[in-house]
Amino acid sequence: MYPSRFRYEAPRTIDEAIQLLHEGGAEAKVLAGGQSLVPLMKLRFAAPELLVDINNLPGLDHLDVAADGGIRVGALCRHRDLERSLDVAQAQPVMAAAAPLIADPVVRTRGTLVGSLCHADPQGDWAAVVTALGGHVVAQGPGGRRDIAITDFVTGPFQNVLAYDEVAVEAVLPPPRARVAGGFLKLERRVGDFATAGTAVALEIDGDRVVRAGIALTGVGSRTVDARAAADSLVGQGLTGEAIMRAADLAAEAAQPTSDHRGSAAYKRHVIHTFVTRILTRVSQTSEAAA
Amino acid sequence: MTSLYEEIPQAAAEDVPVRRITVSVNGQRRTADVEPRLLLAHLLRQGFKLTGTHTGCDTTNCGACTVLVDGLPAKSCTMLAVQADGHEVTTVEGLAGPSELHPLQEGFKDEHGLQCGFCTPGMMLAAKALLEENPDPTEDEVRFALSGNLCRCTGYQNIVKSVLWAAQKMNTAKTQGGESE
Repeated sequence: MYPSRFRYEAPRTIDEAIQLLHEGGAEAKVLAGGQSLVPLMKLRFAAPELLVDINNLPGLDHLDVAADGGIRVGALCRHRDLERSLDVAQAQPVMAAAAPLIADPVVRTRGTLVGSLCHADPQGDWAAVVTALGGHVVAQGPGGRRDIAITDFVTGPFQNVLAYDEVAVEAVLPPPRARVAGGFLKLERRVGDFATAGTAVALEIDGDRVVRAGIALTGVGSRTVDARAAADSLVGQGLTGEAIMRAADLAAEAAQPTSDHRGSAAYKRHVIHTFVTRILTRVSQTSEAAA
Repeated sequence: MTSLYEEIPQAAAEDVPVRRITVSVNGQRRTADVEPRLLLAHLLRQGFKLTGTHTGCDTTNCGACTVLVDGLPAKSCTMLAVQADGHEVTTVEGLAGPSELHPLQEGFKDEHGLQCGFCTPGMMLAAKALLEENPDPTEDEVRFALSGNLCRCTGYQNIVKSVLWAAQKMNTAKTQGGESE
């Protein structure tokens, strides 16, 4: 299989890339890791007339973990870089848990976190992680840069709010105000398959109280599900068995799964309930052990 | 020159744009004029006649087409040939010289790490990248590193054994080399 014909450009500066996208209009597409776009083009689900390869742009491969715990992930930072980063492992357990579960090890050498956000696959993993962490995307266009909250960024299946001449240059995870905890669990039929269901939980804990919580779900809706009510139910609480059960109930309620070859809607809802319970229980046990 | 998929008739009036690229393939500098939509797997197989790189699923799942790009494993069916411009590609033909075997190739032979052999080149290249990063992996680490490569014959058991065999051989060679210095 091969893609339909397209014009290929590999600009050396971001301004040049934006100019090319501007000229290309709605028929232009950005190529970063290409691990979703190239298969889509081969299957002819996508047939852009112009491909703007950003792999030669300088200053986009960064993975900065600041002293305050804030993280900036450049558009050319690969899943593999996140998977192997000791700084990320220390700063954000939910990211560290998700990184080795993205696709498969070979895909992870090329695919990017920012590209995954832009691709906005309802079964993608990073959008759930970034949603749970309350992150945003930085987009650069002819008029300069703007920040877009992840919850506004993804608008539907495979749809984002970027203008046709904007490049998503980085993803930003805000610095936490308290001790971070959390996790990411995914059910997949085999390594590299799309998620049957997945759950990202990001917490900030002060003493024994949760002061901030984010829970986001993948594979159980037409877009990443922000389980706000479930997360809010934890804020101000200790991670008691009762609080964990309530959050798991609310998260399962927020899921909008459909029955398909990966499982029935009821099954996927059950998986979400189990995952939330499992992650929160593990955090509560670790916190107790540390105390 | 690999200007186009051979099997596609060129539209008479269409001017197909090609791009000149230079790629180091198994240490050899190669130049090709390629249409942007040409996939790296096809450049290697049809353009350079390096048919050791297999295309299996053609949908980024199976990993049979795995090659090393700048030392890291990549699925060559999911990369455009133009993206390899200026980079180093290693295929199974580059593992060892024509009259010798790489320890991984020896390992796959000794431990019966293949039956039909279709997935083997991709397996060996993914394993090579693993052993360069982690020369003494555990069985779990081998399984994890090869989890992007599918085999339909072996059940993986002997593939894992083959990689561990190669690791041991390479480590022994290194120790002996060190002693003789």
